[in-house]
Amino acid sequence: MNVVAKTETGRALGDAFALVSDRLPGGGKIADQRRQAFEAYERAGLPHRRIEDWKYTDLRALMREVLPLAPAPDVAALNRAAAVVKKQAIDGVRRLVLVDGAFAPDLSDLGNLDKGLSIRPLREVLDAGDGTLSAQAFASDNSNPMIALNGAMATDGVVIEIADGTVLTKPLHIVHVASSAAPAAMFTRSLLRLGRDTGATLVESYFAAEGTKAYQAHDGLIVAIGDNARLDHIRLVEDGSDAFNISSATITLGAHAHFNTFAMTTGAHLSRYQLTVTCAGEGSKVETNGVNLINGKQHADTTLFMDHAVPHCDSREIFRAVVDDRAHSVFQGRIIVRPDAQKTDAKMMTRALLLSDEAEADNKPELEIFADDVTCGHGATTGALDESLLFYMRARGLPEKEAQALLIQAFVGEAIETIVSDALREVAIAAARRWLEARA
Amino acid sequence: MTRLGMMLRKNVMSLLEVKDLQVRVEEREILHGLSLTVNPGEVHAIMGPNGSGKSTLSHVIAGKPGYEVTGGQVLFKGEDLLAMAPNERAAKGVFLAFQYPVEIPGVTTWNFLHAALNAQRKARGEDEMSSPAFLKKVREVAKSLSIPQDMLKRGVNVGFSGGEKKRNEILQMALFEPAVCILDEMDSGLDIDALRIAADGVNALRSPERAMVVITHYQRLLNYIVPDVVHVMSKGRVVKSGGKELALELEESGYAQFEDAA
Repeated sequence: MNVVAKTETGRALGDAFALVSDRLPGGGKIADQRRQAFEAYERAGLPHRRIEDWKYTDLRALMREVLPLAPAPDVAALNRAAAVVKKQAIDGVRRLVLVDGAFAPDLSDLGNLDKGLSIRPLREVLDAGDGTLSAQAFASDNSNPMIALNGAMATDGVVIEIADGTVLTKPLHIVHVASSAAPAAMFTRSLLRLGRDTGATLVESYFAAEGTKAYQAHDGLIVAIGDNARLDHIRLVEDGSDAFNISSATITLGAHAHFNTFAMTTGAHLSRYQLTVTCAGEGSKVETNGVNLINGKQHADTTLFMDHAVPHCDSREIFRAVVDDRAHSVFQGRIIVRPDAQKTDAKMMTRALLLSDEAEADNKPELEIFADDVTCGHGATTGALDESLLFYMRARGLPEKEAQALLIQAFVGEAIETIVSDALREVAIAAARRWLEARA
Repeated sequence: MTRLGMMLRKNVMSLLEVKDLQVRVEEREILHGLSLTVNPGEVHAIMGPNGSGKSTLSHVIAGKPGYEVTGGQVLFKGEDLLAMAPNERAAKGVFLAFQYPVEIPGVTTWNFLHAALNAQRKARGEDEMSSPAFLKKVREVAKSLSIPQDMLKRGVNVGFSGGEKKRNEILQMALFEPAVCILDEMDSGLDIDALRIAADGVNALRSPERAMVVITHYQRLLNYIVPDVVHVMSKGRVVKSGGKELALELEESGYAQFEDAA
């Protein structure tokens, strides 16, 4: 393999890994896996533009370094986190809070768990030496350097198991809060396992406590959806304007399973979301939708890898980007249809709306089809707001910004409409409105 | 209103005064000094061949970007209309019924009308209208124009027929209660039944306080919306004005006679 010369920052981090290894839970096999993952990361270093997958998001130039591991939150950090969690609370959900990379039981709701639902902090699972779950949480591929780094450094997370036949009454809400007073990186990894015939909704939010400045959130989510199970997933990135969010989600679907996911990024200075979805059981269905609403010098990258490994699965992607000022939106969508995956029906549609001359949107759809009896398609458009529509709306009395806001809402609406839960759709609409209001 | 009242009012203030208006699009002059005075209660028809500048006039009055006014002025109740943004003009009471109303997918007619009405009210310093009050009002108006309720739930003009789009323009006119309505080629693309429904809607809005400017290529529309004054435009100017009989005369003799006069 190509050995990329270690950067200065890579070396510094190598020392850091040795220093923090006593803070990383999991002994024996897990410790070995972490070391291997770290070595894989160290060989590659931070990904840069000469690596095809990272062409538009050059972390070596844009992030430059991995910050030191965030200290475990003290009382002051937890209090700051509690205040923002309260402010951003969503009604009717079961909240699971991670502060600076550590599970915060006092801010979380672990009471009255549904029968068949188990929730444990990752640290506890690793310390208990639960071999099966630990192996699942650390089974990820080290070929992606940022996923490898996450595996090496993860300090905590949540491990959620939903037993066969259980349909959760309340959505689960994993809240990632940055609260460290000093610039720091947090690494979390969570595992969600849905058994056969189960149903659940998972919401993920990212935001920062007041006064938190530059930070890096590195998360890895691993999800296994059993046969006939359904997961609805909503992800909202509202990180602080100096923050970096480098996260991945790896989803595997069983037979006749259904995964509906919606991701919206309005926050973070730079974000990269790597979503890998594998249809491993026949007759499964995937809807992955997303919206970027960004301005200033924000950079938001969604990289999707949709893997049709078996026949008779459907996938749909609707992605919308609204890019203002000098912001940069990236959407890379790769659909692979393996030789056996006959009768695959895969469609991807991405559209970008540029609100300024300096805004940039890169859409990179890739279809790799190795089966011959499939329906696959993709489309991508990039454009500005339609002047004739704006004039019509202004001629009816709407000020320019208001007219633009209505058109932007309509533009992202098609993606937001895919959220099944009325209450959670409203949460996403409210986040979009906050962005539009801040713009006006 | 009595004739005397009308005259007094006329002396006090016109609703819309276009004075020696000169307009360019890119490097080409389209209007070469057009003048027009419209008083409250009057319905004016502007007729003329294609390319005479009729639509340019309506666009400049409404504030469409892309037109350069190189001379003259447009006053609305004595105020300089050209200095106002399009939305300010709407809030003041200027309404343009578009020749080709645009489709706005994803914005429901209902939401759009509510937002627009409240934006106008806010600009005038009035209270915003609540959703229930608005719903009641828009339902009444829609009913009077035979507009089905489900049209209000659809995206603005999305999938509407030509007649439905024009009715939606009149719905807005009725809702916003403007002082001056400019109807740009309202008859284009309408069959006779659709035209009658649209014209009835317009006639219902005629009032002593409100003026209308009906821009049309054909005399046909003026059988349904009977004007007080008819102007003939040719090559960027008004070349003749008269009573409603002028429209009939044009129908007989065509526009050719005015081509030379311009």
